[in-house]
Amino acid sequence: MEYFHSVTLDPERCRGCITCVKRCPTEAIRVKDGKATIIKERCIDCGECIRVCPHRAKKAVYDKLSMLDQFEYKVALPAPALFGQYNNLENVDYILNGLLDLGFDDVFEVARAAELVSECTRLKLANEDCPKPLISTACPAVVRLVRVRFPKLIPHLLMVRAPVEIAASIARREAMEATGLPSEKIGVFFISPCPAKVTAVRQPLGTNITDIDGVLAISDVYKPLLNAMNKIQHPKTLSESGLTGISWAYTGGEATSLLRTKYLAADGMENVIKILEEIEDEKLQDLDFVELGACNSGCVGGCLNIENPYIALTRIRQVRKYMPVSNNRIKDYTLSPEEYLCDKPVEYDPVLQLDLDLGRAMQKMQEIQKIEKILPGIDCASCGSPSCHTFAVDVVEGSADISDCLILLKKQLEETKNDECS
Amino acid sequence: MEPIVLNYQVDGEDFSTAGEASSAVKKALKQLGFSPDVIRRVAIAMYEGEINMVIHADGGEATAEISQEEIRIILADRGPGIKDIDLAMQEGYSTAPEEVRNLGFGAGMGLPNIKKYSDELKIESTPGVGTTLRILIRT
Repeated sequence: MEYFHSVTLDPERCRGCITCVKRCPTEAIRVKDGKATIIKERCIDCGECIRVCPHRAKKAVYDKLSMLDQFEYKVALPAPALFGQYNNLENVDYILNGLLDLGFDDVFEVARAAELVSECTRLKLANEDCPKPLISTACPAVVRLVRVRFPKLIPHLLMVRAPVEIAASIARREAMEATGLPSEKIGVFFISPCPAKVTAVRQPLGTNITDIDGVLAISDVYKPLLNAMNKIQHPKTLSESGLTGISWAYTGGEATSLLRTKYLAADGMENVIKILEEIEDEKLQDLDFVELGACNSGCVGGCLNIENPYIALTRIRQVRKYMPVSNNRIKDYTLSPEEYLCDKPVEYDPVLQLDLDLGRAMQKMQEIQKIEKILPGIDCASCGSPSCHTFAVDVVEGSADISDCLILLKKQLEETKNDECS
Repeated sequence: MEPIVLNYQVDGEDFSTAGEASSAVKKALKQLGFSPDVIRRVAIAMYEGEINMVIHADGGEATAEISQEEIRIILADRGPGIKDIDLAMQEGYSTAPEEVRNLGFGAGMGLPNIKKYSDELKIESTPGVGTTLRILIRT
């Protein structure tokens, strides 16, 4: 299968430094011929390289606002994180009204569907057969990580469709009913805080269908939306989300919406990997639910946001203040129970395995060990691989040559010089 | 084919690093493509043994010998040794100090768990000299 990724490189800007190579949590980047290249199968779209690149050479691919012109009737699906981007925001209706002024015909908050997913999860957890801990699938980067590195945990994944997918299905249906237009004339646009969600829309978890037509970046919408909001005097009441739905914007929001105490919520790739290891080793068996997010503070930390995650988080706490705990129930919508659930199993993707044949994998590991012995072990990354170990793997896999190691080359040069002198 | 040998020095001074050797072996087994069940058994058995070395023996040496048919784990320390192996094998029997118990260790399940998850377990121990655990897990 060909992987689509929303993280790409602008080769003009890339200077071939090793900042992203070193920081990539899945060791998916190499510098080749002076430019960073992403190993597609390994990339989980976490956006860390976009955040750390000093030359802004790493970019996320997403759709542009001009794409709205392709549709007769347009619906915006704002992510909860959008509500943390603006200063002095008293209520989210300013944002929702502003979106209408930008050219959308209707808005449907993703937070509303998040409340429905919370309800589905509560029902699942109440079932005795539910594998525990159940692992959140809200962060696509985490799901991708589980798929490539933690096959044993796949049965623990929450197989409920993502809030944005459910929001899109409801919004499309409502728009068709309200306008009488056919589905293809209705454009449903997600306003996203991160590139992983752009990828997730093109390759949704556990299903082949999506009701989303385009994904816009919060950072792209930010300015025109601010201008539109400044003109609004008396916003219409449009918001229909509750406190728990909006709280999905930050780490712990989804977990607390389950109204249970035995949960764990963590963020940042290093912590995520550590927690997944612990679950794999059966050390966290008394937990009901585990919420994990790749970005610091959760979705408000996504690299397509404008505001610092901690500031955004504080604002969201303000703006959700007088909201009802939950304002959306499954019984209020016409979706069938099946439409909430994933219909396609999530499969292990053994891209980190050395070989699918155990014998050949063992041979490769032995070769890797031999090469590692002669390497300097200083992990300087001058060869373009993040560490001496990954370089040894690359040499065995044939994607690098031992002569790419500058330290070894220097040693050889010195030896030849000494030989000539003596 | 010669088995793949992975070798680690387990530091007894720093409790926070306990478990790193078994974690590294787990990672290697995943890269090689062993089944999740084998990986789980190796990870748990080796982890328990590694923690024991840190708690009781100021660390030691951990070796994993990996071949297609079996995985051997050898944990060798120069600690105080086990006086009564039969007693140590009993569930719930523990000589772990209070501060380790406070961390949730020392429940007296270490050795019984290793036995449970392995196909063979050999313990050689001489009081005052040290202990060597030989764990065999068939794949």
